[in-house]
Order: sequence, then structure tokens, then C-alpha cells
Amino acid sequence: MFLQRLKASRIAFVVVVLMATVVVAVVQRSATTSAQGDSSNWQTIAEQRGLTEADIRAAMMTYTPSGVMDEYLMFASGGHSGQVLVIGMPSMRLLRTIGVFTPEPWQGWGYGAGNDILAVGNPEGRALSWADTHHPSLSETNGDYDGQWLFIGDKANGRVAVIDLRDFETKQIVANPLFNNDHGGTFVTPNSEYIIEGGQYSMPIGGGYDSIDNYADTYRGIITLWKFDRDAGRIDTEQSFAIELPPYWQDLCDAGKLASDGWLFCNSINTEMATGGIELGNPPFEAGASRNATDYLHIINWRAAEAVFQEGATETINGMEVISLDTAIERDLLFFAPEPRSPHGVDVFPTGEFLVAAGKLDPHVTIYSFQRILDAIAAGTTETDVFGVPVLPLESVMEAQVELGLGPLHTQFDGQGYAYTSLFLDSAVARWSIGAEGYRPQDGWTLQGKIPVQYNVGHIATVEGDTVNPDGGFLVALNKWSVDRFTSTGPLMPQNLQLIDITQTADQLQLLYDLPITGAEPHYAQIIRADKLQPWLVYPEVGWNPETQSVDPNAVTPGTEGVTRDGNTVTVRMTAIRSHYTPERVEIREGDHVIWSITNLEQSPDATHGFAIPHHNINLSLEPGESQTVEFDATGPGTFSYYCTEFCSALHLEMTGYLIIQPAE
Amino acid sequence: MTTFQSTETHLTNSATTSSRSSILRWLPSLLWIVAAALLLVSISNPYWGMVLEAPQYPGGLEMRAFINHLTGDEDPRRDEVREIDGLNHYIGMRPLAEAAQLERAIALPSVLLMAGLLVLTAVLRNKWLARLTLAAALFPVIFLADLAFWLNHFGQNLDPYAPLSSAIQPFTPPILGEGVIGQFRTIARVETGWYLAVAASLCIVVAFAIYMIDQRRARTER
Repeated sequence: MFLQRLKASRIAFVVVVLMATVVVAVVQRSATTSAQGDSSNWQTIAEQRGLTEADIRAAMMTYTPSGVMDEYLMFASGGHSGQVLVIGMPSMRLLRTIGVFTPEPWQGWGYGAGNDILAVGNPEGRALSWADTHHPSLSETNGDYDGQWLFIGDKANGRVAVIDLRDFETKQIVANPLFNNDHGGTFVTPNSEYIIEGGQYSMPIGGGYDSIDNYADTYRGIITLWKFDRDAGRIDTEQSFAIELPPYWQDLCDAGKLASDGWLFCNSINTEMATGGIELGNPPFEAGASRNATDYLHIINWRAAEAVFQEGATETINGMEVISLDTAIERDLLFFAPEPRSPHGVDVFPTGEFLVAAGKLDPHVTIYSFQRILDAIAAGTTETDVFGVPVLPLESVMEAQVELGLGPLHTQFDGQGYAYTSLFLDSAVARWSIGAEGYRPQDGWTLQGKIPVQYNVGHIATVEGDTVNPDGGFLVALNKWSVDRFTSTGPLMPQNLQLIDITQTADQLQLLYDLPITGAEPHYAQIIRADKLQPWLVYPEVGWNPETQSVDPNAVTPGTEGVTRDGNTVTVRMTAIRSHYTPERVEIREGDHVIWSITNLEQSPDATHGFAIPHHNINLSLEPGESQTVEFDATGPGTFSYYCTEFCSALHLEMTGYLIIQPAE
Repeated sequence: MTTFQSTETHLTNSATTSSRSSILRWLPSLLWIVAAALLLVSISNPYWGMVLEAPQYPGGLEMRAFINHLTGDEDPRRDEVREIDGLNHYIGMRPLAEAAQLERAIALPSVLLMAGLLVLTAVLRNKWLARLTLAAALFPVIFLADLAFWLNHFGQNLDPYAPLSSAIQPFTPPILGEGVIGQFRTIARVETGWYLAVAASLCIVVAFAIYMIDQRRARTER
């Protein structure tokens, strides 16, 4: 009986299990079939890829279908690639690399084009072929980006470059004759009257020799105001000047605007005047320069400094006019205010009424009122630093302090009355409300929320977030580490630029997109509305020289091509059009000096031709209408097939010719 | 009773004829002047145009034929005729500037001459001049016929050694409507200038017809 019951229940059990298996199999199978069948359905794709509703929202905010233009352009420094990156937003597509300080073969930059611009500032006998670009700065009109020019500094070698946004090409490089490094550049005054370049690591002015034992006596800081001549589209070095500062390692600067127009502000990180020497038992810089609870915010009246320069109260050092520290103090050009320990930036508010410094070793941002600064200057102060620079008491100039978190660095603004500050140690971006009239007085000066970013955020950029009219909408966190964000490509990891939606209020901030940047670290970026730019699709006229932005007198017109000789100088006049060069044979002799002009006759957008000569390090990019002239010496005999390096047409491979160099007799 | 009625009818008819004959007398002159004006205005308008569409030319390439020259679209930055010539060299077609050189040279004087003839006819109202204007009415047809000749001539006489000679065989581009050449879709159509010339032709024909009716009536009345 028991056995029978056991048997019956066992059979029943087996039947149930079998049935269950079949049911499960069928259900599973039908589920699979339906998933496969519905792979065109977005919900199924989201399910299969494990995407959340937030992910889908992020995709919808950033996905840009083919042929749809980006609303914004981000100009990001290329770090120690020495270049500038142009990125479309919100798609986060890399649209362009601009060759600036470093030769760049795609653009022919330094391979026959722009060689003379790149050679500026080469120390004697040492050709520089790289730079450490840090802070791009778009030209401004009345404190707003005007989309005409872009400037960028080279921290490594103390240089500044000018880029024309009609063709996105570098037009000028100036080398600072006083200082061979900078960090406080570039920043422009509200009408791009001057490009501010602040030196960083103090040195004897001019970069010459002096013992570091004389640090406090002869080592100095410097801030240079490069005059920008908008009509010429060039920096006018004759109208530029510099101001001598104490050797405090001035860091980032920003120009005042609206309420504070005519002034500029820089922070400093080594008022301790530490001189390092860990190997001698001294505190290393990282400790020595971080000892004081406060450093000095530099407050500079550049309009008054300009007047001092124009009246000639300067001394000439290495050809640059310099206002001495004594003159700066005497003429009320320079004031200090304490700022929290070793800050890494000072940012002026859109209205220019306030400025904020974030001590990277202090959890607060400190907000200064410009009106209070003016009042404190008018009231006078007896306190000075060791060089005699007046120091305004912190309590007299401070408007507010907001505790945000660890490692606050840089601040940007939106159009809703919020400010955003990067928190390096917290790997986060904080949003805080500006408690002043015209911003968000209803919320007071308070932390609103934070969003984690991946990882170690440096600068941040909001759309037009450092102008008088911040656009808001998006924020990009420029993170220095990516660690685990991308499929591994070895130990050298990309930087991570993260797009964040800031359209909502309070603590609602959403991460939308990660853009890996390879090449080098984009320290800072500015984001401009794309409709403010009017770039050329092709050069305005055939025979255009991008360096002069006019028709080149050496431009070659059809029918005038040829090779002519004058002694040992050979002139080649060449045209390029799909899919041939004219001429296709150039026969010269060893020892000839060759002047080779080549004009791209094309007028169609994107009909770019390259021009490469093997073994001669020549590779030009000739955009439609462009004309270039390269010079070289035919140092040895040989047969070289010059050819088009841009895949121009169906007969691109046939776009070639022979350079035949006969041996010298 | 009958006589009375007949007289009344005659009187009525006579009054109408007099005003109608005045219109018939002046209308041809007016139409000839209008035709002359239309022809003169047509000079500054394209007679014919072709749009060439291909994937790598978003918006297409546009070529427009005036009576005496070829141009591209209104964007002054690109010479689209040169671009089309550049493309044509791959299939071995001769540059478009080599086509219809004589016609383009005499086109402007011819149109001015026709306009002059029309004005003269309007003033003198001469029978032989009026007949001569009918030749001018043929102008739009002659224009298209000549264009068709050149399109056919250029399309059929491709350089056999051109890079794409094996892919693109000699062809006749359609003078109106759509065609396909390589990756290009071509859309050809007559443009404003041609319509103005056709309007001028209509004016000329109508003017001539009215003129003849008026002449005949005048003869009958005499």
C-alpha cells in the first residue's frame, strides 16, 4: 500500500516535472522567438542591452542622426598634443583637430605649411615641436563669444597662438620673451582688447640664470597682456606689455566684465615662496607650497596698467615693456586679498559683480564681492605682503562661502542662477545657488546637489558658461582619469569628457555621455553656440593663402604652370585638380634649391588635394582654392613620385607625378 | 417695315465695326511692342537648366543656359560649370564652353535685331515686315533644337580614351525631363527666359493674325 502510494506519487512527480520542463522550454522558446522577432522594437533592444529609462533618455538627448548638425561646438585644448580639439555637442563627435604648436600631417601643418609660424619662439638651436596647450579662449565682444578667433596658451614653453575661426587654422604664435612657462592663459578681456597670459613657475624675468638661493630677490612672477589687433587678426607685440609680480606662482586668471570691467584677477599657489629641494631634506614643493592657510588673490587694474604702459613708465626687458612691481604698487595697479589655501582658479560671475576662488585644499568656495573690493581699496589698508603689495582683509571683501566638498577647483555658470564647481577629490560636480539679486536670492548661497563623475575632474565647461550670457543646457566634466569606463587598450588610458544635462533644477543632474579623448588631456574647454560661427566651406577665391587670408601672389592659374630655372634655383608652378597635377614631370639637378608653388583649383566643398614628396618630409593639405609654396634643397639624386595624399576621386591613385633629381655633374 | 429693320441693323453694325476696327488696328502694334519687351527681358533670364544630383553633391549641381552663356547657381563661391566640366573630363566629354560657340556669339545681336524688327513693325505696320516677324516667333523652337543638337553631339562624341570610357558609353542627355549618367541623375527643364520667349512668340502670332484680319477687312471696306 505504502509502496503503491510511493509509486503513484513518484509517477505523479515525474509527470509533473516532465510537464513543467516542457512548459518552461516552450515558454522560453517562445520568449526567445518573440525577442528575436521583435529586435526592431526599441523596448526589446533596451531590454536586451540592459538599458534603463534614464539611459534611453540620455540617448535621446544626445543621439544626432546622420546629416543633423550639432547645436554647439566645444573647443577643447589638446593638452600636451599641442593642438586644439573641436567637438560637436550634444552628439560629442570629434569634428576637427586643429594643428597649433605641434606639426600635424593631415593638415600639412609643419610639413610645408605653417613652418614659419611654428618656428616662432624656437630657442636658439632647439626646434620646439610640441606644446602643452591648456586654456582655450574664444574672442569676445561685450563679454560674449563672437565666434571669430580662438587663442590658446602653451604652458610648457610660454607661448600663445591665434586661430582664425573662418578656416580653423593657426595664424600666429608669439613667444613670451620674459617667461618660458605659463598657466594663466589664455583669457580675454571683454572686447578681446588683450589676451591675458599669466606665467606660472617663477623665474628671473627673461628666463636667464640666477641661483635659486636668490629666489625672493630676483625670481619673479609675470603677467603679460598681449594686445590683439582685430583688424589685422594678429597679436601686436609692440602694443603688448607685462606686469612684474612677486614670485608666488600665479595660477589661473580671469578678466572682469560688466561691473568689474577693466580689472583682472589671478590666484596664486606658492605665497610661501617654497623653493623645493626634497633631496636636500627640504619640504617638497607639494608640502612647502601648501603650508599657509591662505594664498593671495591678485586683483589687477589692467585699464590703469594700460595707461601706465602708454605713458611709458615701463622698463624694456628682452624687447617687452614691463611695469615693475614697485610701479604697480605705487600706481595702485595691484592688490591682494587672502584666498583659501592653494586655489586652482578664479572665476568671474556673469554680471561681473562677484568672483569665486576655490581653495583646492579647502572644502569651500569663497565668493568675493567686487563692490566690496572697490570699497576696501578706497578705505585703504595698512597691511601689505613682504613686497609691499596692499592686502585687503578677507572679511571686508568676502561675500559668502559655500561648503561643497573635497578638492573644489573650477566654477562655471548657467542661465538659471546656479554655479557649478568641480570637486577633484570627490570626483563630482557640485551645483550651488547664487544667493544674490539677479541670480537665485530665494535659494541663498547653498549647495543644491552633486553628481559623481568618472574620475578626477579638472575643469568643467557649461555652454557659454564663462560669458556675460551663460546658455546653460549642458555641462561637460573634463575628467583626468577614466580607469574602468572604456574597453581597455593598454595601460595608457584616455581622458574622459562627460556630458551632463543641467536643464533641470535643484539636485537633478544627469550624466548623458562619455567621450574618451586620446591624444592628451584637454585641460579646459569652451562651448559656443554653433550659429555664432561662419566658417568658410571653401576658400573665398582660388589661389588663397591661408596664412595671409588673401590671394597669394605666387598662386598658379591654369595655363601658367611650368618649371623654370635661374641658376641653381628652380621654380615649379603647379596646379591640382581632379585627378591630376600639372606638370606631372619635374626634372631637376642635385644641389638645386626648389621653390614649389601649388594651387588647388577646386571650388567644391571637400575637394581637398594632398601633395606629398617622399623622403623630403613634405605633405601639404590643399583645401579647395588653397595655394601653398614650399622650399627645399635637392640634396641628393633620386626618383620620387609625388602624389595626392587625400583620397580625392576615383582616379586618386593616378594623381601623381615624378620628381627626378639628376646627380650633380 | 423690313427696310426700316434692315436700316436699324446696319446702323448698329456700323457703329460696332468702327470701334472694333480701331482696336484691331492698334492691337497688333501693342503686341509687337510687348513681344519685343519680352524678348529683351528674356536675355537676362536662363532659357534652360539642368540639375545634376549625386550622393556626394548634396543639393545637386546646377547649370543654367542663357542665350549667350552658361552659369552655375546663384552661389558665387563655386563655378559649377567648371565643376561639371571637371566631372565630364572623366567620361571624355569636351568642355561645355566649346559647344555652340557661333550660336552664343550671334545670339545677343539676333535678339536685339528681332526686338528692333518688332518695334519697327509696330511703328510702320508694313505687310512684309509683319510677315518677317513670324520668323522671330520661331526663336524658342530654334533655341531648343540647337540645344538638342549640341547635347547629342557632345554626348555621342566622347573621347574613347577617357578614364571612364568603358563604364559610360556615348549617350544623348535628355533635353527635358530626367536622365541618368553614371551616378548622376539629371533633371533638365526650360526656364523663365524660354517661357518669356514663348510668350513673345504667341504675341507675334496673335499680332500677325489680327493684323491680317484687319488688313483684309480694310481691303473689303475699300
